Amino acid sequence: MNDMTLMDKTVDTQNIKIAARDVNVHYGDSHAIKDVNVEIEDKTVTAFIGPSGCGKSTFLRCLNRMNDTIGICRVKGDILLDGEDIYDRRVDPVQLRAKVGMVFQKPNPFPKSIYDNVAYGPRIHGLARNKAELDEIVEKSLRRAAIWDEVKDRLDAPGTGLSGGQQQRLCIARAVATEPEVLLMDEPCSALDPIATAQVEELIDELRSRYSVVIVTHSMQQAARVSQKTAFFHLGNLVEFGPTGQIFTNPEDSRTESYITGRIG
Amino acid sequence: MPTFWLVALLLALSAAGYNGGRRRAIATAAGNVKDLHSLPSYYGYHVALAAFVPSIAALAVWLLAQPVFIETRVSGMIPAEAIPESSSIGLVMSDVRRVAEGLDLAVEQGLLTPREARNASAGAQDLRALMGEVGVALGSKVRPEALSAAQAYRNLSQNGRDAMTAVVALLAIGGFVFAYMRIHKDFRARNVVERAVLALLILAASLAILTTVGIVLSMLFETKNFFGLHSWTDFFFGSTWAPNFRGGSELSILPLLWGTLYISFIALLVAVPVGLFAAIYLSEYASGAVRAFAKPLLEILAGIPTIVYGLFALLTVGPALADLFGKGGLLGVEWMAGATSVLTAGLVMGIMLIPFVSSLSDDIINAVPQAMRDGSLGLGATKSETVRQVVMPAALPGIVGAVLLAASRAIGETMIVVMGAGAIAKFSANPLDSMTTITTRIVSQLTGDTDFASPETLVAFALGLTLFVLTLGLNVLALYIVRTYREQYE
Repeated sequence: MNDMTLMDKTVDTQNIKIAARDVNVHYGDSHAIKDVNVEIEDKTVTAFIGPSGCGKSTFLRCLNRMNDTIGICRVKGDILLDGEDIYDRRVDPVQLRAKVGMVFQKPNPFPKSIYDNVAYGPRIHGLARNKAELDEIVEKSLRRAAIWDEVKDRLDAPGTGLSGGQQQRLCIARAVATEPEVLLMDEPCSALDPIATAQVEELIDELRSRYSVVIVTHSMQQAARVSQKTAFFHLGNLVEFGPTGQIFTNPEDSRTESYITGRIG
Repeated sequence: MPTFWLVALLLALSAAGYNGGRRRAIATAAGNVKDLHSLPSYYGYHVALAAFVPSIAALAVWLLAQPVFIETRVSGMIPAEAIPESSSIGLVMSDVRRVAEGLDLAVEQGLLTPREARNASAGAQDLRALMGEVGVALGSKVRPEALSAAQAYRNLSQNGRDAMTAVVALLAIGGFVFAYMRIHKDFRARNVVERAVLALLILAASLAILTTVGIVLSMLFETKNFFGLHSWTDFFFGSTWAPNFRGGSELSILPLLWGTLYISFIALLVAVPVGLFAAIYLSEYASGAVRAFAKPLLEILAGIPTIVYGLFALLTVGPALADLFGKGGLLGVEWMAGATSVLTAGLVMGIMLIPFVSSLSDDIINAVPQAMRDGSLGLGATKSETVRQVVMPAALPGIVGAVLLAASRAIGETMIVVMGAGAIAKFSANPLDSMTTITTRIVSQLTGDTDFASPETLVAFALGLTLFVLTLGLNVLALYIVRTYREQYE
């Protein structure tokens, strides 16, 4: 990882990719997200931190409407992607998820070959006109996920046969293969060992050059290492949102400070 | 002593053992239950088990072994010339048993004193009339050899019963005393009882397995007899099924196997798509409310007795098909002669198998981790794309297993084919033809007056064994596939 001090990190652009306005989420009777307003910038890594059950994963899943698959979940408020409301009735959630890719907590490669895992999205969305183009997409995606050298000789081997860290990088390759604009990562390193975690973190830093990345993490160090912006959630509220350096060194809210210094959580 | 009272006595002794064991355990701890290694009731169970289990086991073995032993001893006493020309040792022995039984009854009813029964000779009294009086009908006059054999039979049985009572009682009392003496406050009665529970469980498991082995062995012996009377080449490679109880039958399994497989194939053609789609709907699309309502409803189909399906085939499906394809039918074709046909039986059997396939597939689809679905949906796949390309491939081995299990049910199914498929054994590719299956032929060969010495009857065992091997093979294959699949996710 680069050892830049937190304050030195700069944000490449100031374009707003996703804007959330007064978002409320209910799971049945429980109010999981309360009036959250946040603006996620393009080509930036944004980290969501907070204690378990604070709603950070729920909010992440709102950004590509994965919560639609849960029957009792209701989302209110506006979430704009490039200025368009993704909860508008004209928006097809299936199309949206192709634009806003997701990487899950536990590596979940499909029980298919490595090649087919990566080719899955491009095939569904018809991104390749022929086999050569598909091969190219697969190679490019695997390279972007920094796993090409490890698997290039065994693309026909099952994806489930890889190690945990390799599986997670395969899942990232699978997600970038559909050319998303935003990549959501829900605790992508929680099932990985420190070495695999370091590899994935390095990868996240590289992905920043092309995508807007949102990462949910329980590890404060990880948030500090990989992100430029950090949002702190507590009990369904967005307590503080700002540049990572500021959040970690000079938080405005006393709850943020308590959490970062380990007094609550 | 009659066996019933012997068992009652054993039970009483174990009950007494339970109480005695408990009391003695408490007494050895000087009334302080906390000093005991185990709870007092464990000491009680320990004594009760020691008194009951070895003695009841001895009783069971004795009851099984004694008749065999006496039979061999007594039949050895009958000289070869005493067996009439047209008879056999088996028939003479059954006479002997009946005379012995008659003598017992006569003593019981006071017509003979025990002494007279022991000493009666064939000439002295009209034994046949006496037997008639106590309700034992004999075909001819009692022969002196048979009478003396019967008396020996009675003697041996009586002695055997006495010895049995003595041995069982000794074992019970010995077990009781041994266990009772062992009781001490440090004695680990709990562990002993634990071992007894283990033994009971092992016994139950081995009983199930031994029964299967017994069934297979009995079929094997009868099949061997069959192949002694009928050529095996005709059975396996012949082309005609024409049993004739006057002899000269052609008994080939091939036409029956063809009918069986054809009907099973049609049944699976109905059951697999419908059952699988129903399972996909229930597990992937249906809301909780629909699922809670529809799944039990579908499984009710599995609870309908197959004879009811048979009626449905005979009275509803068959005539409906005949109305369509039969003479003067709606389609104006004359493809179907009667209501019974491969299609009739196949359709109804398919309906029977739907819940079987859907319920198994539903479980298997639910076992596919949610993470797989999330991964696919997160890439922008629709639900049906996810099902087709991720869930189904992951569940496929299990579904294949479910289909194979359904196939083995279809092959072994009897009632529906008896009523819906017809009775003509032939090779035909026309599904509207009446055909017959292995199971229906077993039924027809063994129902009615049968003589278990002719190949026409014994062929049923050869058919049954073939069927057993077939379904066993399918089941083993299915279980193997299902198990390898399960290992993937657990």
